[in-house]
Amino acid sequence: MQKKLDRKRLAEKIVHGIFLILGLVTVGCVLLITVYLVVSGIPAISKIGIFDFLFGTTWDSTAAEPSFGILPFILTSIYGTAGAILIGVPIGFLTAVYLAKVAPTKIKSLVGGAVSLLAGIPSVVYGLVGMLVLVPTIRSIFNVPDGASLLAAIAVLAVMILPSIIKVSMTALEAVPKEYEDASLALGATQTETYFRVSVPAAKSGIAASVVLGVGRAIGEAMAVMMVSGNVANMPSLFRSVRFLTTAVASEMSYSAGLQRQALFSIALVLFLFIMLINAALSFFLKRGDGHE
Amino acid sequence: MKKFISIVIIAAVALMVLTGCGKATTSGSVSTDGSTSMENVIGALGESFVNENNDINFTYNPTGSTGGIAAVSEGRCDIGLSSRALKDEEKASGLTETVLAYDGIAVIVNINNPVSDLTLEEIAAIYTGEITNWSEVGGNDASIVLIGREAGSGTRDGFESITDTSEKCRYRQELPSTGDVITTVSQNPNAIGYASIASVKDSVKVLSVSGVMPSEDTIRDGSYVIQRPFILVTRTSVALSEAAQKFFDYITSADAVDIISAAGAVAANQG
Repeated sequence: MQKKLDRKRLAEKIVHGIFLILGLVTVGCVLLITVYLVVSGIPAISKIGIFDFLFGTTWDSTAAEPSFGILPFILTSIYGTAGAILIGVPIGFLTAVYLAKVAPTKIKSLVGGAVSLLAGIPSVVYGLVGMLVLVPTIRSIFNVPDGASLLAAIAVLAVMILPSIIKVSMTALEAVPKEYEDASLALGATQTETYFRVSVPAAKSGIAASVVLGVGRAIGEAMAVMMVSGNVANMPSLFRSVRFLTTAVASEMSYSAGLQRQALFSIALVLFLFIMLINAALSFFLKRGDGHE
Repeated sequence: MKKFISIVIIAAVALMVLTGCGKATTSGSVSTDGSTSMENVIGALGESFVNENNDINFTYNPTGSTGGIAAVSEGRCDIGLSSRALKDEEKASGLTETVLAYDGIAVIVNINNPVSDLTLEEIAAIYTGEITNWSEVGGNDASIVLIGREAGSGTRDGFESITDTSEKCRYRQELPSTGDVITTVSQNPNAIGYASIASVKDSVKVLSVSGVMPSEDTIRDGSYVIQRPFILVTRTSVALSEAAQKFFDYITSADAVDIISAAGAVAANQG
């Protein structure tokens, strides 16, 4: 009897050990990447000067006298993400309200399936469709010489962030206790009033988290925007070709050398800091959500 | 079980030793140094050479043409790589050039563009923004959309150095691959772009330059001007090591022609 118990305990310990090791693998990867990025990102920043690097407006990495100013990339990433949020959040939010509260079961499962499918499409496919359909369309609608622009990137990003916004908002809205809504309805509020005055405020931390998640997805996307934004290091403007932080790293990495390559790591470090900020915001919203319940 | 595994291991080791013995004729190392534009070509050649000669170590150091010429003249590498012809004073200092291949760059426009020929000067003026409308070179009244490659690309470096537009090009789009350039030009009726000859497809129209269409023949005889040689630089007075000589002979032989054209260049040796 005692022996059997011992064996069980031993097995339990081994399983715990395996879990611990697997958990540490993830933490180890994060640490490794962080340390690597900081170590390889700092030298170029100190060589170029942090002010010239972050606020310089020209990026000309292979010129005889190279300049490494990444302000155009930072602004493009911010504008592009803001634009995507501006378009994507209203659509995604209202879709989530409809799916969670209004839609009949059949439509809900159909649209829900479509949203999941949208989440699973690889970004290169978004880029390809953008390149072959969206860019020529923008060119002919707005009568500009070339459609590869910030606008094209915003449109692609807006679609790409929809699934995360819809799914997370939907989960939050569905978690609102039915009693709240019943009470509101019993007091004479219409259904629409109930959804927007009761359900949405009750789910607001989850909805905020979905927006932050969307921001994270948009700012970190490289492949799709690289294919539709033209990649010239211009200051951002809606119909001009622009380069994002992500695409700045991706497009020059393959042939880079010396200070150019170090500067690309520094851009990655800046991007990493942005993502860290977004994650911090996300966990802030999620924690606040837990506090309410 | 254990026995079986050890038998397998022994067999594998024996096989490795046997195949190793079969091929070992020359050992040593070949070091190359120079042009970053030649990376594709020399990388592919180095890889297939090492596959056939397991004991020879091949290295390539991307330092740029001038760096490679300096390295070989100071004896820091076996073969220098240059994507420009040697200057007279460099030849006088005791260096020999051997043309390995030519890098031909096609200028491409949309298939519906009526323009079919430009001079080198017109191309340079278009890319530096002096000519901005197709009507100025005999086309439709539409602004020209300049498509190029990303900074650091060998094709961009080649195009800009031949047209003498380095750091002056006013690109509308800088794309990270030849395929993207071709797709974009095929999508936009007013676009102009450039791509390595080997990768141009039917979806775009290749322009003739001053009346000469790019082809392997016109590139080899020099009549198509948007091209530059890929040169192997060696010291005239110092013989190559056995391994380096073997490599040199291999890459200038007819066997290498296919590898060179797969890597996007036109082999100097017609094969």
